[in-house]
Amino acid sequence: MEHNNTVTTMADYAAKGESPEILFWVGCAGSFDDRAKKITKAIVRILNHVGIKFAVLGTEETCSGDPAKRAGNEFLFQMQAMNAITVLNGYGIKKIVTGCPHCFNTLKNEYPSIGGNYEVIHHTQLIQQLIDSGKLTVKGGAFKGKLITFHDPCYLGRANDVYEAPREIIEKLEVELSEMKRSRAKGFCCGAGGAQMFKDAEKGNKEVNIERSEEALALKPDVIATGCPFCMTMMTDGVKHFNKEQQTKVMDVAELIAQANDL
Amino acid sequence: MGIQNIVFIILLAGAIVLFTRNVRKVIRNIRLGKDVDRNDRPSERWKIMTLVALGQRKMLSRPLPAILHIFVYVGFVLINIEVLEMLVDGVAGTHRFLSFLGPFYGYLIAFFEILAFLVTFGCLVFLLRRNLAHIKRFMSKDLDGWPRTDANLILCSEILLMTALFTMNAADQSLQNLSYGHYIKAGSFPVSSLLLPLFNGMSATTLVMIERICWWFHIIGILGFLNYLVISKHFHILLAFPNVFYSNLNPKGQFTNLESVTNEVKAMLDPSFTPAPVNPDHPMRFGAKDIVDLSWKQLLDAYTCTECGRCTSSCPANQTGKLLSPRKIMMDTRDRLTEYGNNIDENGSFKDDGKALLGDYITAEELWACTSCNACVQECPVNIDPLSIIMDMRRYLVMEQSAAPAGLNLMFTNVENNGAPWQFSPADRLNWAKEA
Ligand code: SF4
Ligand code: SF4
Repeated sequence: MEHNNTVTTMADYAAKGESPEILFWVGCAGSFDDRAKKITKAIVRILNHVGIKFAVLGTEETCSGDPAKRAGNEFLFQMQAMNAITVLNGYGIKKIVTGCPHCFNTLKNEYPSIGGNYEVIHHTQLIQQLIDSGKLTVKGGAFKGKLITFHDPCYLGRANDVYEAPREIIEKLEVELSEMKRSRAKGFCCGAGGAQMFKDAEKGNKEVNIERSEEALALKPDVIATGCPFCMTMMTDGVKHFNKEQQTKVMDVAELIAQANDL
Repeated sequence: MGIQNIVFIILLAGAIVLFTRNVRKVIRNIRLGKDVDRNDRPSERWKIMTLVALGQRKMLSRPLPAILHIFVYVGFVLINIEVLEMLVDGVAGTHRFLSFLGPFYGYLIAFFEILAFLVTFGCLVFLLRRNLAHIKRFMSKDLDGWPRTDANLILCSEILLMTALFTMNAADQSLQNLSYGHYIKAGSFPVSSLLLPLFNGMSATTLVMIERICWWFHIIGILGFLNYLVISKHFHILLAFPNVFYSNLNPKGQFTNLESVTNEVKAMLDPSFTPAPVNPDHPMRFGAKDIVDLSWKQLLDAYTCTECGRCTSSCPANQTGKLLSPRKIMMDTRDRLTEYGNNIDENGSFKDDGKALLGDYITAEELWACTSCNACVQECPVNIDPLSIIMDMRRYLVMEQSAAPAGLNLMFTNVENNGAPWQFSPADRLNWAKEA
């Protein structure tokens, strides 16, 4: 089947005098990181498959400001946020889906008090809504019977209490969903959050992602699923560290769905 | 009124005066913090207080300590009803004044005895667990010195108080059996009656002496306990309620947006914007360097911390050997706040001591190890938020001292210039769509 990667920018819609149903906020990792770009495309294929009229900002998108804020640079965060809000409000955006829990959290929770009010959902929530409303049917496909564990991204789980959407989607794949001991509210961080992604780790006796990957690999899963491009990087590195990349793949929930449905 | 009553009234009054004075100091110290509105959504607040403080819901995830803690907590609260009786007896010179309740009094005392037994049992197991079971969060260096002593002291004194209660009841019973003096038949003693053989053959005078000594020990112990609370982690018995009531009800991922920054950024982006004038009494400072830069809720958090270490034992930074311990963040905040308050007491108003929470208590290395994962906030049984303090101090390091680690400075530059944390051109943002 031909992959349908077609995207239309907000500017194109505006030029035609049309407005899309939803804006897909891709995020910096999803735009630039080679591994995360694959997640972005999986989301796009799902959106095209169900025929949702969606847009991206393209070159008008910018960093949500999350890494600056978590690192303590409130100035830079608010500069970024206000610029982004100007663009979003300029297009009259109402509804946003993000491909990253950090953008999701920032847009949903931290933009309103500085003038950005939108309905913001994470891509796993959108996929769940599509399945629930019958717009998307999911079969096990290649994953049927496989052992999958889900690593909760902190900014999806604890930060915003979204624990079930990704799990319900995974279960639709007719797989065996096996939980790590530290999961849901007790989930253990991958080590990237709080802007750690962009700095050297402080002195310690282990890397956080090694600790977490070890825990996940103990289940001997076929797939470690997650919903965050930063968790993706950390868990992929962790699996490589243990030389298990042949046995265990790290995949985003969107990729699981796209691949199972041959999109 | 006998001499005993007069002594008792003096002691009671002294204990109350001391307690009130110390509590007022604590309230004054908490008020050193900056204002934050936590009076919205009252019905949600009552609900969360009922569930988390009264119902101890967040303890449940670790069942063994949860059950033992329920014994000690319920026992402690309810046995205070008996202490009320003792207070009245002490002031009025009555003996077991509630005994007019008749058979109901019997049930009541029996019930208290069973509770007291559970409290003793709970405290004993806690004491053994804490000192012998090699549980990491109790062995940690966070607790070296006073905090470890504090925990053991309280457990031992609770056991002593309960032992005194049982001994008193047993002696009282022996006297009742002898129909001695005012020791009328009252109460029913399922636990302390087991001690009766120990008192066989003792004279009534000895028994009265034992009964009185235990009575005084118990009631003085309780008054002492009340005043000890204020300087101990056991203050959580009282503070857990307001602290949970004033919890952050927003999603945990939502960090505050600094209004002072909003004003500056708005002024930069829109020259016609005029920010509200700054209060000259509170010079503007971005982020937190010392306790006065924190909010009153963060200071209340510090006083409420039980030092249980649940936060630290779930902290990814701490569990991988980094210096950061969210429990230590709370203990440091409390210690600095106490020091700051004592300074005010000595000098009338705060006299610069050349120290600050940031630097002298909490180091930058600790702060930079945090992944902002919220595990500590999630785990805390009394809804303390160590992460917010960490973030406020990072803000100070970055915005007031430009002291971010090199990697972060690079990230800032990239975000500022390229609109992304890495060095990519904004023009390439949609390139992924063209790649197969
Ligand atoms: S938020 Fe920071 S301090 Fe709290 S558990 Fe996570 S890494 Fe540790
Ligand atoms: S902050 Fe909460 S979890 Fe951490 S030690 Fe204090 S009471 Fe325990």
